[in-house]
Amino acid sequence: MARDFSWIRPEPWGIHVVPADCWIDPSRPVDRALVTHGHADHARGGHGSTFATPETLAIMKLRYATEAGAVPVPYGERIALPGGVAATWIPAGHVLGSAQILLEHAGERIVVTGDFKRRPDPTCPPFEVTPCDVLITEATFGLPVFRHPPVEQEIAKLLSALAANPERCVLVGAYALGKAQRLIAELRRAGHRDTIWLHGAMERMCRLYEDWGIDLGPLRLVSEAGKGELAGAIIVAPPSALNDRWSRRLPDPITAMASGWMQVRQRARQRMVELPLVISDHADWNELTQTVVEVNPAETWITHGREEAMLRWCQLNQRKARALALVGYEDEDD
Amino acid sequence: MEEFAALLDALVYTRSRNAKLKLLADYLRSTPDPDRGWALAALTDGLDFPAVKSSTIRNLLMERIDPVLWTLSREYVGDSAETASLLWPEPTEAPSPPTVAEAVDALSRMTRATVMAELPRLLDRLDGNGRYALLKLATGAMRIGISARLAKTAFAQAFDVSVEDVEEHWHGQAPPYTALFDWAAHGAEPPNADDIPLFRPFMLAHGLEDTQVDLADYAAEWKWDGIRVQVVRAGGATRVYSRSGDDISATFPEIAEALHIDAVLDGELLVRGAHQGGEEGGAASFNALQQRLGRKTVSKKMREEYPAFVRLYDALIVEGKDLRPRPWSERRMALEALVPQLDPARFDLSAVIAAADFAELSAIRERARDDAIEGVMLKRRDSPYVAGRRTGLWYKWKRDPLLVDCVLMYAQRGSGKRSSFYSDYTFGCWDGDPDEGADLLPVGKAYFGFTDEELKWLDRYVRNHTVNRFGPVRETDRSLVFEVAFDSVHVSKRHKSGVAMRFPRISRIRTDKPAHEADRMDTLRKLIRD
Repeated sequence: MARDFSWIRPEPWGIHVVPADCWIDPSRPVDRALVTHGHADHARGGHGSTFATPETLAIMKLRYATEAGAVPVPYGERIALPGGVAATWIPAGHVLGSAQILLEHAGERIVVTGDFKRRPDPTCPPFEVTPCDVLITEATFGLPVFRHPPVEQEIAKLLSALAANPERCVLVGAYALGKAQRLIAELRRAGHRDTIWLHGAMERMCRLYEDWGIDLGPLRLVSEAGKGELAGAIIVAPPSALNDRWSRRLPDPITAMASGWMQVRQRARQRMVELPLVISDHADWNELTQTVVEVNPAETWITHGREEAMLRWCQLNQRKARALALVGYEDEDD
Repeated sequence: MEEFAALLDALVYTRSRNAKLKLLADYLRSTPDPDRGWALAALTDGLDFPAVKSSTIRNLLMERIDPVLWTLSREYVGDSAETASLLWPEPTEAPSPPTVAEAVDALSRMTRATVMAELPRLLDRLDGNGRYALLKLATGAMRIGISARLAKTAFAQAFDVSVEDVEEHWHGQAPPYTALFDWAAHGAEPPNADDIPLFRPFMLAHGLEDTQVDLADYAAEWKWDGIRVQVVRAGGATRVYSRSGDDISATFPEIAEALHIDAVLDGELLVRGAHQGGEEGGAASFNALQQRLGRKTVSKKMREEYPAFVRLYDALIVEGKDLRPRPWSERRMALEALVPQLDPARFDLSAVIAAADFAELSAIRERARDDAIEGVMLKRRDSPYVAGRRTGLWYKWKRDPLLVDCVLMYAQRGSGKRSSFYSDYTFGCWDGDPDEGADLLPVGKAYFGFTDEELKWLDRYVRNHTVNRFGPVRETDRSLVFEVAFDSVHVSKRHKSGVAMRFPRISRIRTDKPAHEADRMDTLRKLIRD
């Protein structure tokens, strides 16, 4: 039986759930938005009502001061939307509060992954494989060259650079929501108990994570550091601050960056990174393809990233697939 | 191989020259023979494995991965060796990496018939970084910013020997340079190479600045605006070396073909060309010489239109006799005796300037109009020929630079320790009268000439006067005037303004001058002397 799944329609500015007149991660204001997670390219303000996990809504409130119309939906709770559509938020393992959204209508199941990863992350619950008819997946690292190493190996690299240079500091560029807190949590898990210093732009999000019960250990702001306190310390800053005036105050920093892009040498060099840390909050190639196999949908739709290679893989593996031309999703810093 | 792979990786991510030197020196000290010699050869483009090419890697991968996925990956990564190292399956067993010497041995045994079977066996023994290092070493395309000079400096630093001695003994040695390491690391006799046309490190000059010298002690000669070369003949072969010791014989075959006496000669490579602004049969401007630079092969037409010759300054070795320890005056006599025996179309003698005293020399220098003259050299008459810059022996006294006042148009962030500063400046001149609506035309770019204090000030100025941003570039509000110094200016088709400056630098920041009073294109065009 051929099905056209016409009740869900990808448009350049978001995925339209037609019978419920809802939009998933829309990039323009709509009446009713279903949001997968708090990153700026997926979560925007100005909607009439916003359905998301309580964690994501807290992040959105902090970042965009959007509170009106917030509808919290805890993980696993199935809610009824207009037009006979049911929606469930399922952990995606990407950042705090991140979710896949399962939509059910007329006996068909569609899962929108949002951004996701399959590796364990101390700051959020793990990705859950959810059987469905259509899997709408991201493909940020959708090239076979992307095989993320174990996070323990990258954390060890960071700690050994720190130990080898007691007079210097290690300045790690990390995305302010998610990557920074995961990096800190992984450092704690590896036994690093020293104060970790933060760029001012990191502080509020770290506090929010702590409010949600994630222990990040002793944190202080670089602006409060006394003379000599930063030597031998780890400093976490947004990637944009790495080579900016802000970093001039630091004692001979070793410039590091935590990102999946760091796997490619020229990408690291372009960012003037000395210590590339391949730490990603996205699925790598093997995990993307493995996810398609495990979910085993009738169709795979690819939202953003390197969709050509994923499409090719689906074709080679006789899986029906299509690329959606969505605008506004960014992947530069992650 | 793991150490070499770790070194390569560290070099890729290290920007400071000193840090690179330290990484290399540490590696050379701590790695045994012959691995360190092979590694050194790999880093300085000294290895060639004819059976392993970039296309070999592609073909190898195409057997294992879908061609479309390979192409998409290769396009994204931008480098075949790196793409292959990332795509290669991880070994199922713990890696048992070969030594560099084992890898070199295996690679050199491969033929086009065996490479597709043998290269995978090596790759299977390595992790990702190891595979990258192996493939880089095998294809010879390192591109990690290690010049031969840097490698030699690191070698000297590793074993506490002089870089001049390293330069001297290096040439003529083949990888893995065991004799070189025996000499530097273990105090053995330096390798002997009388019958090889070796490069000898150049003697260099300090700027004269405010020093005045007594012409009884110093001889004066012209400083020519070409490229400094050393022409060496030994054992029946002739080589032309550039200042950095690169062999440029193929670029200037007429020079290499013309020397038939065993000698090591120091001179300035120039091209003849009356039509390029030089006098009949004399030397043309540097712009004419530029037509010949950087070519691997030279057409007959090129050789006829821009015939090269060497204007000789000095003789280091003549017919087996090492004159370097002898005083300049003695070497000069030997050179003057030698030149008549050489092909006059390819070699002539750089004249000594007759001047009674410093004041007269200064006047002669001021009057010099020849485009190929860059200034004056002063050489201590009793100076031996020693490598590098030695205080008090040789001075260069360049012609005063040309100056124009330009307006800052764009600024870009620098690299290395200047990475957070807007330190690269593009400036322009008015294409007419600015009060009547004329626009600025960009005429050059400079990133030095200012002090650290001035750089901080300029950085702040740029940030406060930005009107537009294009990626790493900021456009400023065209309010700041630079006095720009440069050596010469030439016609250029590649630049929108139609002119190109040679060696521009920021001479002064003219906060006192309003932008509309900066120089116009006419002023700059009048300085062209092509």
